[in-house]
Parts: sequence; structure tokens; C-alpha cells
Amino acid sequence: MLYAREYDVKKDDFAAAGEVSARIKRKLKQIGIDASLIRKIAIASYEAEINMIIHSYGGVMSIELDEDNIIIKCVDTGPGIPDIELAMKEGYSTAPQSIREMGFGAGMGLANINKNSDNMEITSSPEGTTITMKFSF
Amino acid sequence: MVQIDKFAGELGLKQLTTIEKLDTDVKDGCVCDLLSWVMARGEEGMAWITVQTHLNVIAVACLHDFACVIIPESIEVPQATLDKANEEGMMVFSSDKTAYRLCCEMCKLGIGVG
Repeated sequence: MLYAREYDVKKDDFAAAGEVSARIKRKLKQIGIDASLIRKIAIASYEAEINMIIHSYGGVMSIELDEDNIIIKCVDTGPGIPDIELAMKEGYSTAPQSIREMGFGAGMGLANINKNSDNMEITSSPEGTTITMKFSF
Repeated sequence: MVQIDKFAGELGLKQLTTIEKLDTDVKDGCVCDLLSWVMARGEEGMAWITVQTHLNVIAVACLHDFACVIIPESIEVPQATLDKANEEGMMVFSSDKTAYRLCCEMCKLGIGVG
């Protein structure tokens, strides 16, 4: 492991939304990762961070970097995604009106993560959701 | 591609932030209020026109290394958003023009054309 770091993400903390992704982006820039790969990771990690803030009870985002891959993992504490297949559909969203008025809740979050990562895995239960995104060099 | 001071001058923009980043070039434009949409399609160097004024606009603009954010129709921007923008080094401009009019003028400058 070349680098690993964990960050807390709190429910409804819109003021801090994007900060974890910004830190991850800054770190990857420092390390000298290719700009187009950083862009993909920034998009995917921002969407995952926003999802945690809007939909979950909060949790932890982590980044791990080794010789071949960058892995970003989001582990929240619930309430889970009842239908992952439906949630993955572009345009489907359960975000409330107040969130939509802020420009979120377009139903593109998981689809954007899937498009920008080389591999994405989701497991979910009422106890929590884990999203693992893998980006290869 | 147009340098930011020329860009702001030609469009008659008023800067709400206190940052001087004269080496910034505006390479393209984007007009959209859905943050996920902008996140999915944004490109480095864009001038982003949006009526959204909350903190997350700055987060999205910074993640994409946008050239600036433009708030049309003199919509008021919360101080917290401007503080965040100053802290992150993202220029925020205001205009009394509509988003459509701003797009027309950006086109005339050759931004995002061809």
C-alpha cells in the first residue's frame, strides 16, 4: 500500500459536501496522478460523497492507493438501498424536493460513479451500504 | 480561449470574490443548474453560468478546475459561498444579464465555438 486515508462523512452536512473529494483530488495531484484519471476519480468520489450526505446516516470514505489501482470505498451505517438495480438507473432518484431545489437529486449519482470507475461494487442492507470504486492506472 | 480579465470586461461582469487570477483562461462555457449534470459533463477552464448560489457550486467548480462561476440576473449570493470561493481560489462573477444573453456574448467572443 502506497497511501491510505479515511475521512468521516456526516449526514446532511451540506456545508462540507465535496470537501473529502477535494482533499482526495489534491492528494492525487500531489502524487502526480494523470489529470484525466484525477477527473474521473473526482467525479465518482463527489457523487458518492453527496449520496452519503443526502441518503445515508453518515459513514466513512476511504482511499487506498497501490502500484496498480486507486480504490475508493464508502461505508455508511444505513438505511440501505432497497432496490440497487433501480437506483443505478439514470434519472431515478429518491431525493426530496428540498434537495432537488439545490440542484442535486437528478438521479445521476450512481450512474456517474459507474461510468467513471473501472469497477464498481455495491452491497446494501438496512444496516448500511458499501460502495467500492476501483480505478486502474 | 479568452483571458479572464478580458472576458469579464467584455461581458461587463462584476467580480464578487476578491481573487486576482489573471493567468486564468476561459476555454469553454456551461449553463446548467443541476450539479450532477455539471459534474458529469464539466471540463477544465469552463465559465459556468448558474442560478444556484449555495456552497456546493464552489465545490463542483473547484473539482473541475473551472475558470469561474457566473451568477446571472443579479441574483444575490450568500456571503458563506463567497467566503468559500475566496478560500478555494474560485472567482465568482455577477451579471444583470440573463444566462441566455451571457451565452450569446460568450459565443461572440468565440468561446466554445468551433
